[in-house]
This record gives sequence, C-alpha cells and structure tokens, in this order.
Amino acid sequence: MNATDLTIIAPEIILSLYAMGALLIGVYAGKDRLSPLLTMTTAVLFFVVAVVIATGVSGTNVAFQGMFVDDSFARFAKVLILLSAALVLLVGQDHMDRSKLMKFEYPVLITLAVVGMMVMVSAGDLITLYMGLELQSLALYVVASLKRDDVRSTEAGLKYFVLGALSSGLILYGSSLIYGYAGTTIFAEIILATQSDQLALGLLFGLVFVFSGLAFKVSAVPFHMWTPDVYQGAPTPVVALFATAPKVAAMVLFARFAHDVFGGSVGDWQQIIVLLSVASMFLGAVAAIGQTDIKRLMAYSSIAHMGFALMGLAAGTDTGVQAMLIYMAIYVVMNLGTFAFILSMQRSGEEITEISALNMLSKDKPLYAAALAILMFSLAGIPPMLGFIGKFAVLQAAVDAGLIWLAVLGVIASVIGAFYYLRIIYFMYFGQEGEALDTAMPALQSGTFLVAAGVMLVGLLNLFGFATAVEAGALAAAQALLN
Amino acid sequence: MDSNLLSMVTFTPALAAAILAIFLRGEDAAAQRNAKWLAFGATSLTFIISLFILNGFDPANTDFQFVEESTWVLGMSYKMGVDGISVLFVILTTFLMPLVIAACWDVTHRMKDYMIALLVLETLMIGTFCALDLILFYLFFEASLIPMFLIIGIWGGKDRIYASFKFFLYTLLGSVLMLVAMVAMIFEAGTSDIPSLLDHSFASDTLFVLGFEIIGGLQTLLWLAFFASFAVKMPMWPVHTWLPDAHVQAPTAGSVVLASIMLKMGGYGFLRFSLPMFPVASDLLAPLVLWLSVIAIIYTSLVALAQEDMKKLIAYSSVAHMGYVTMGIFAANQQGVDGAIFQMISHGFVSGALFLCVGVIYDRMHTRQIDAYGGLVNRMPAYALVFMVFTMANVGLPGTSGFVGEFLTLMGVFQVNTWAAVFATTGVILSAGYALWLYRRVVWGDLMKESLKSISDMTIRERWIFAPLVAATLFFGIYPAPILDTTGPAVSNLVTKYQQAVLDTPSRLEVAHHEGQRP
Repeated sequence: MNATDLTIIAPEIILSLYAMGALLIGVYAGKDRLSPLLTMTTAVLFFVVAVVIATGVSGTNVAFQGMFVDDSFARFAKVLILLSAALVLLVGQDHMDRSKLMKFEYPVLITLAVVGMMVMVSAGDLITLYMGLELQSLALYVVASLKRDDVRSTEAGLKYFVLGALSSGLILYGSSLIYGYAGTTIFAEIILATQSDQLALGLLFGLVFVFSGLAFKVSAVPFHMWTPDVYQGAPTPVVALFATAPKVAAMVLFARFAHDVFGGSVGDWQQIIVLLSVASMFLGAVAAIGQTDIKRLMAYSSIAHMGFALMGLAAGTDTGVQAMLIYMAIYVVMNLGTFAFILSMQRSGEEITEISALNMLSKDKPLYAAALAILMFSLAGIPPMLGFIGKFAVLQAAVDAGLIWLAVLGVIASVIGAFYYLRIIYFMYFGQEGEALDTAMPALQSGTFLVAAGVMLVGLLNLFGFATAVEAGALAAAQALLN
Repeated sequence: MDSNLLSMVTFTPALAAAILAIFLRGEDAAAQRNAKWLAFGATSLTFIISLFILNGFDPANTDFQFVEESTWVLGMSYKMGVDGISVLFVILTTFLMPLVIAACWDVTHRMKDYMIALLVLETLMIGTFCALDLILFYLFFEASLIPMFLIIGIWGGKDRIYASFKFFLYTLLGSVLMLVAMVAMIFEAGTSDIPSLLDHSFASDTLFVLGFEIIGGLQTLLWLAFFASFAVKMPMWPVHTWLPDAHVQAPTAGSVVLASIMLKMGGYGFLRFSLPMFPVASDLLAPLVLWLSVIAIIYTSLVALAQEDMKKLIAYSSVAHMGYVTMGIFAANQQGVDGAIFQMISHGFVSGALFLCVGVIYDRMHTRQIDAYGGLVNRMPAYALVFMVFTMANVGLPGTSGFVGEFLTLMGVFQVNTWAAVFATTGVILSAGYALWLYRRVVWGDLMKESLKSISDMTIRERWIFAPLVAATLFFGIYPAPILDTTGPAVSNLVTKYQQAVLDTPSRLEVAHHEGQRP
C-alpha cells in the first residue's frame, strides 16, 4: 500500500470516515434531533463527491495491485449512484418526517450502502467484489426494516435478508470455484485463464453461481421473488433508493464481472443473460397488470426494466454496455421522478399506495397529473419521451449483436407492459371522481418530480448538449470496460 | 428561400400548445375563448406558412426539397424534407386542422386541454410526413398515439376507455415490430437517412429462419414488419377492428383527424418505405395485399350496410375506401399509385366532412343512431345539401373527387390483376348502396319524430367549416390536375425505380422458387 493507492480510493475513504463520524455525533447528541441536519449534510457531501469524481481524474487508475479499479466505467456509475442517493435522501425527507422515521442512523446507513456500491463498481478482485456487495447489502437490510413496529416492514427486511444472504452465498461459492480453477482472485489474471476456447468446467460453474447471485441483486427473473414484497413493505423513501442506486451498482458490477472476468468467453454467458432478460421483461410486464398497489407495480416495472438493461449486456459488445449505461441513467431519472410523486401520496396524513387513489388527479392537480403521465409514457418507452431512447439503444445493441429475436421479444413485452402504465393514466384522466388525494410536497420534492418529467419530455432536444454528454460519457465508460 | 420552412410548419402548432399550457390559466368562459382563438390562429398560421411550401415546391424535381439537416444523438439526425409524395399530405393536414378546431367550438369540457392535444397532434402528424430520418419518422409516427389516446379517452363517448386502450395497444403492437425492422435496416445499411436508404438495395437472397425458407430473404422480413405497422394504421382487413371502436367513441374532432389524416400515415408509409425500399418483397407479396384489399372492400362494405350507428357506418366505409388505396399502391404502376395518393387526399376531405356531418346532428340530438333521424331535409335544407355532396363523393360519383381516385386505382389494378379489379369494382356498387341508404334514412322522408320537429339548420360557423371542404371536393373532382401534376413526377420516378429493381432480381427469385419446389 502506498500513497497513490490511498488517493485513488479517497472518495470511499472520505465517505466511510464521514459515516463513522456521523454515527458518533448522532450517538453523543442523543435522540434524533440532528437527523434532518445529518440528512442534509450527507446529501450535500454526495453531491460534492459526485462532482469531484465527474470532473477529477481521468484514465484508468489501479490501486492495491489491481484489487480496486477506478476507470471511466466505474466513475460513470459512481456519479449516477451518488446523485441518485443524494436525491433520494432529500426527496424522502418530508415523508420520513411524517412517518416518524427520521432516525439519525438512516443517513449513516445510506452512506455506508453507497460506499459499498462504490466499491462494487470499482471491484477488480473477487474479494473486493464480495466486500462491496456485503457492505451495501447489510446496510440496506437494516434500512428495509427501519419501520420497526410495522409487520410488513419487518417482513420485508427479513425476506430481503434471508434471500440476500442466499445470493451472497451463491456468489461466494462461485468465487471460490473460480479461484480454485484460475488460481487467483484478481480479475486481470482470471481473464487470462478464461481466454481459452474451452472454458474449464469449474470456471463455468463458478460463472453460473456468481451470475445467479448478481441476478438476485438486480432482481432479474427467476431471482426476483423478494422484490415486490420488499418494495411494498419497506418505507417508501427506502424503496425509492432500492429502485435506483443499488440497481445501478449491481447492473454495473454485472457488466464488470461479465466483461472483465469472462470477457474472452462471451458465447458462454450470453445465453444466460438472454434468458434472464427475456424472462424478466415478460414477467415484469405480465405480473404488473393485476397490481393495485403502486409500490408493487413499480417493483414489477423495475423487474421489466432490468430485463431491458440486461438486453444491452447480452449483446456482449461495447455498444451493448453503452446502451445499458444509457438505459440505467434514464431509468434512474424516471424512477426518481415517479417516486418523488409516490412519496407525496396521502390522505389526512395516512400514506396511500392504491393506484385507484389517483382517480381524476388531473382535475385537482393538472400539473402533477401531466408530469406523472409523462413519466408513465416514458416508462412505457413511448416516443418522444426519453424512455424510448433507452429502449432504442438496447434494441440497437441487441440487433447489432445478431440477437434480433431477443429484440422482437423485448418490444412485444414492452407492448404488454404499456398496458399498466396506461392504466395509471386512465385513473388520472378518464377515471371517476373520487375522494381527493392530498399531494402537497415541499419545493425540493416537487422540483425533483417536475424536473424529472421535464427531462423525459424535452431530453431528446439535447438542450445544452446534455444528451450528447451522457451519450459520450457512456461510450467512454463502455470502452474503458472492454479495453 | 427560407430553409426552415418545414420546421416552422411542423412546430408552430406545438409552440402554440406550449403557450397554452404554460400561460393560460382557469376554466372560465374567457379562458376557453382564448384557448379556442389561439388554437385557431395557430393552425391557420400553419396553413398559411404551408402554402409557401406549396408555392416554392417544384414538382418536376424528384429529389427531396426544403431539406434541413442537423446532427443529433445516438447516430440519428434531425432531417426534414418533402417530395411529390409527401408534400400534399402536409398541406392536407394544415388545411384540415383549422376546420377541426372550428368544429369543436362548442366543447366546454376541458377546452384548453383539448386544444393542446389537437395542436400537439398536428405537429406530430406533419412531422411524420416530413421526417427524412428513420428514427425521427418513428418518433413522430408513434408519438401521435399519445394525444389521440387522450382525445378518445377524455372527450370520447360511453365506451371510450375500451376504445382508447384498444386503439393504443393495437397500433403500438403493430409499430414496435417496425421499430425492430428499422434498427435492423440501420445496422444493415449503416445509416438512418431515408434518402440514402431509398438508394440502398437490401438483400433479397433466400434465407432460412428456424428451418422455414424465406423467399426474398431479408427484404421479405423487413417488409412484413413494416406491413404489420402500416396495415394496422390504414387499417386493412383483418386488422381493422380497432377503427370502428375508436371512431364511434372518439369526439367529432378526433374522428375527423383519425379518418382524414392519421389513416393516411399508413398509406404514406407504404409509399415511402415498403414499395421503394423493399421492391422485391413488395413484388412477391403484392398479390396478398391486392386480395386483402379486395376482401376489405367487399366485406367492410357489406358490414357497413348492416350498421345502425352512423359513425360506425362511415368508419367501415373508410376501411373499404382504404382498400382502394392499398390496392392502388401495390399495383405499383403510375395510375395505381397516382390514384392511391389522390384517393387518400380525397378521402381526407370526404370522410372528414362526413364525420363532421354526423357531428352536426349529434350536437343537436345527442344520438348517432340512424333510427333516431328521418326527414331532416324539412328542417335543415342546407345540411341536406352538404350531406348530399359528401354522400355522392363517398359513392364516387363522377364530378366529385371520390371518383378520380377510385377510377385511377381500379385502372391501375386492372393492368396487373384483372380479377382483383373486377371484384373490387363491385365495391363501387356496394358503396352506393350503403351511402345512399344512409342518406335516405336520415335526410329524406317525412319528419315523423317528435324530437326532430324543433331541430335547427346549420349555423354560420358550421357553414363556413363545410364551405372549403365542398369546394375542394368538387374542384378536384372536376379538375384533378393540380394534385396529379404535383405527384406525377415523383410517382413516375418511384415506379420506374421499382420496376427496375424487380427486373434486376428475377433470376434470383426464380432460383428461389425453383429450389422451393425441389423435394
């Protein structure tokens, strides 16, 4: 270890120190008086770190003999993770206050989870991979059951923990197989062992186990079972986090593992990803149709979206990875916007999550209804919303890689999926007049909601060269990964 | 010449919609009046600007004109332009939209939102006809579903929910397959630029997919994917079932836009993509299209005869008339394609006007049942006259624009497939049957119904809406040359290239046929 190594992981160190310091301060200050302040400082710190990472070093830097990789691929993901986590903290504050969940541990745990995610996306070694994954997961298990006296929340936490532990076990077992057959845990050296035409059986087994574990984390079918229950039970701000930052981290780790460890044998893992992708798209689309709870609906929607992101990964090319990153970036913005609205749904102080509560929202709150409609059309992938561009990018990657039938299945699933997004619009615009919904939100929250919708609507216009910048960033990231 | 003309025409309505959405508040009478007048002003202005395009358009030049291009994201470019095939659709759209806005003058339910939806829809429709980039075309084409979905769902009739969902999902399913095909074309040709794709010849060698032999290969597959989209949009039998539902439930303005303009996107698509880009596949599958069209003409005409609901009857007659269009396009000769374009333009006036006619009496009596009317001529002579003109145009009486289109398409098809033309011609007789019978039941006879005794004739506003439509229908019926002169050179260019491409590949196709027969 030397000074250079420490500079490379400086962001992670700073955030860890901050988390520990905040924990101490929280304990000594007693009770939860400081939690709003802590939430605010955590969010600001996330923003600052994100800006530093985005504008700081360039190129690929390796620390600790290859265990930790800081390349543009990791940086793209880190910026996305930090920004989305910061926004979730800010947007969820009002809701946390209302449901009396504003404990000082909350921002601290989120910080630790974010550090875990940052380590995940920078993993250059099986041990680093596991360490980051566990740090992230353990922190998230706790926040899922933050509502301690609520049966559903506790159930969500427990379910998440048990299934998450299983997936961690799978990853660990797979890693041990890979280590056994490759003789090393460093990605850069394992890939030399996997370059041969015929992949050793042990490596293949290891690959399948690790992929299964990662599929758990991105909630891809058939490893998705925990998602709807956790989404429904966990406090809504926590769900907003689940839907965004950890999904990015896991998906990026998936890409990193697939390309950096098994980059030489794309043919071996492509079919696995294709299967995960098709199953997720269809299950997410079909199972969401019958949902009456908007949080469960968003859970299935996220499963379907992960299916599309995996389609980009399935291509096994740099355009595929680029498409996946673009898809995830757009997905995160859509979900932040949608959850900013879901967080505000209430009636006389009670949180409401029934979809039918949206009845005739367009009458009381035309602006909010229009914004939510835009987000729904975007989630459905209807042009000219930005959600379409995400779909277009992954379709293009799939077709370029010769997976035309995957693209055909994907668009068919997206038509099925369009139905339930339209249903939400149906409630808001064509429904019966019902009891009005109180959707008062603080300026920051409504700002996030409306800006997300605005971005979806006019993002294609490439204002200030923003779209081009994201596209170029994703391309640089993809090229860094496949290099 | 101002090179931003097409963008101006396309985005003026959207700009007006944005102004309405941002600056207009409230639902009171004043706000509604402002919304109406702004929308009417914007659509009229759009029409005036579009006349400059018509004025500057050189029919003899078969290249794209008024081209604008700038780079965009993900390898796409923003490229707009018109040629002899598309320019008239742009004018048709801009011509009809002010009339449509004027036709919903008395709507009170969420007037502002209605105007916004119609204005956005106009932008998207014009954009569809002007786009010269594959993905840009798809953006406009597909996005037009959103405002139409809302128009049917919010301002529609009793079963509007079912109709709006069916409309949206049905057409979406058709067009996503086209999206995959477009992505494949971009991969194959390396560009999404429509003029370059028109010059690219896609492979037509026989392919094997899952053990099935695909004659015409890639072209056939791409053709089928595009066909899925445009056939639904046209709509062709047997994928027309969304149309009667959507038409019956849509408000008058929605029906007019749907029938007059949105259906034409399908025909335009066939002319812009299927025929010139996949000539071998088109040639191979033309008999299929011809016979589907013949079935559509005869079957939907018979169905129209049995309808009790005026809008449904006109909707089915639209499907029948679109049958002539698809038939003419895939006859792939000068008369056929000219006739198809003429028929689309004429159908834009006629069916739009017929839906407006239904709207006039629906506004007064709030029913579309044919039984509820009879003897209207006694109280509404002006209405009876207008309705008669459009009934005759719908029948295809010589002297109205309906005749020219039908005659040309039938003539084009006759040269290619005599039997199809013979069967299709019976549709002319059937259309006379249902249209005249409808007219008799609604307008002629004694005024028996008590509720109709106090019905009033058309207002000044309604007369002004119909006046330009009557004028256009009769003018182009008597003197079709302005339309045919505009489309002629472009169509001739299209047909020549098409025939050449088909002639260049017969050997390969015959080999494919030959191999297919081998045991």
